[in-house]
Amino acid sequence: MRAPRRPLRILGVGLEIAVPIAVLVLWAVLSRDGSSFYFPPLLDIFRTFQETWLFTRVGSDVVPSLARLLTGYAIAVVAAVVIGVALGSSHLLRRMVDPVVQFLRAIPPPVLIPAGILVLGVNSTMKVALIAFVCFWPVLLNTIDGVDGVDPTLRETARSFHIRRRDRLFRVVLPSAAPQIFAGARVSLALAVIMMVVSEMVASTNGIGYFVLQSQRTYAITEMWSGILLLAILGYALNGLFLLVERQVLKWHRGVRAGSV
Amino acid sequence: MLRVEHLRKVYGEGTRRPFEAVADLSVTVAEHEFVSIVGPSGAGKTTLLKCVAGLLPQTSGAVYLDDEEVIGPPEKMALVFQDYSRSLYPWMTVQDNIAFPLRRRKLGKAATRELIQDTLRSVGLGEAGAKYPWQLSGGMQQRVAIARALAYQPEILLMDEPFASVDAQTRADLEDLVLDLRDRYGITILFVTHDIDEAVYLSDRVVVLTPAPTRVAEIVDVPLARPRDQVETKEQPEFAHLRAYVWRSIKRPEHAATASV
Repeated sequence: MRAPRRPLRILGVGLEIAVPIAVLVLWAVLSRDGSSFYFPPLLDIFRTFQETWLFTRVGSDVVPSLARLLTGYAIAVVAAVVIGVALGSSHLLRRMVDPVVQFLRAIPPPVLIPAGILVLGVNSTMKVALIAFVCFWPVLLNTIDGVDGVDPTLRETARSFHIRRRDRLFRVVLPSAAPQIFAGARVSLALAVIMMVVSEMVASTNGIGYFVLQSQRTYAITEMWSGILLLAILGYALNGLFLLVERQVLKWHRGVRAGSV
Repeated sequence: MLRVEHLRKVYGEGTRRPFEAVADLSVTVAEHEFVSIVGPSGAGKTTLLKCVAGLLPQTSGAVYLDDEEVIGPPEKMALVFQDYSRSLYPWMTVQDNIAFPLRRRKLGKAATRELIQDTLRSVGLGEAGAKYPWQLSGGMQQRVAIARALAYQPEILLMDEPFASVDAQTRADLEDLVLDLRDRYGITILFVTHDIDEAVYLSDRVVVLTPAPTRVAEIVDVPLARPRDQVETKEQPEFAHLRAYVWRSIKRPEHAATASV
């Protein structure tokens, strides 16, 4: 794809910044008289946001939430890549495991919370385990696909040059599968945020999800909105961070695609 | 010396519709010799090459390299595939691609770097080491693949239609490059092509194959003087004669049924 011409690009960047600002202004204007109990003035939400999240409740709610999110996510990605490489390398193994994978993956994750509470209790371990469970599947399926799809010519080249097993895994198979692994990991990241919030709403004494639900129950509507705002910002930031890493790791992939078009 | 003795390859043996790609094929390639293999499309040329390279187990018969039976890819052999865009690793720079097969040889950093630079220079790409394959043209990528094979320091080079996907001018340049490198590095070359002109121009001998199930239809000696020249060699009556001879040999209908030498 060719880069658009300069004036068009400036227009694009301008709109990218202008549209969110316009939305915020519209929100602020429509809510400014505070006539609706459920939609407090945006400026009040900002003030509450600042009082609550900068940085009073960071230690008590944000850090525990993020720690659970990242731990669960990391466990899932590592486990899914390891198992995915094994399954992707063996047709027999994959055929054996596939029904189980499809079955487990079909379970709507929140429904596991009651079972998780029973087995693991109302604690961080349960939440981390649930986040990991949810994040595992997209990465697993994509890794299997990516490993299975490594170009046969690349494999034969490696064989004919006697590339060692370790090098074949880390320098041929994994890089080749990386674009798909990243695609799966990105889906999982969004799921991780959802699962973090849901698990905190059902069984928790801290965390951002707990805070939002607690605020709603005590009619602290401004607080509730400030929590929602924080979650949106976190999700946005996490995704942006992810894209930054992906762009760096998959620089070659973008180059190949740009070259072949 | 490379010896192929009564090689036979049947795909899908034991299934309801087995396919006999290679029926019975014997050929010998002497040291420093340049032998081309030509045949009608579907003549099992690539099958033959993969068996010789130790990448595909034959059904019966054997391949010997210096009197040692080929079971897996031999250490003294390097391959250049037709599809350079799929045999070079797009996540590695040109020099990393060349260095990759050398990793396990532990030549030391300086010696490796020197070897890479030497081979890159000898294929006319002295400045391209830090680039990625996808930043280069097709002809340059194939040069990188040839440089990688040379740096591996093989006794014999197998080339599977290496110039089939580059334009005519680049192709002529690459043909002369290969002839030049053969003299300089003293390697044996087994060259698969469907281009009769190319086969006659490059080779000491041309092996003509029958359609599948493949046998050797004929082996044609090419007594053209060396060094060869794209213009002078090709304007010789002898060149025209040989090329017509090989052409007829390929088209001869009786080969399809019972040819043997």
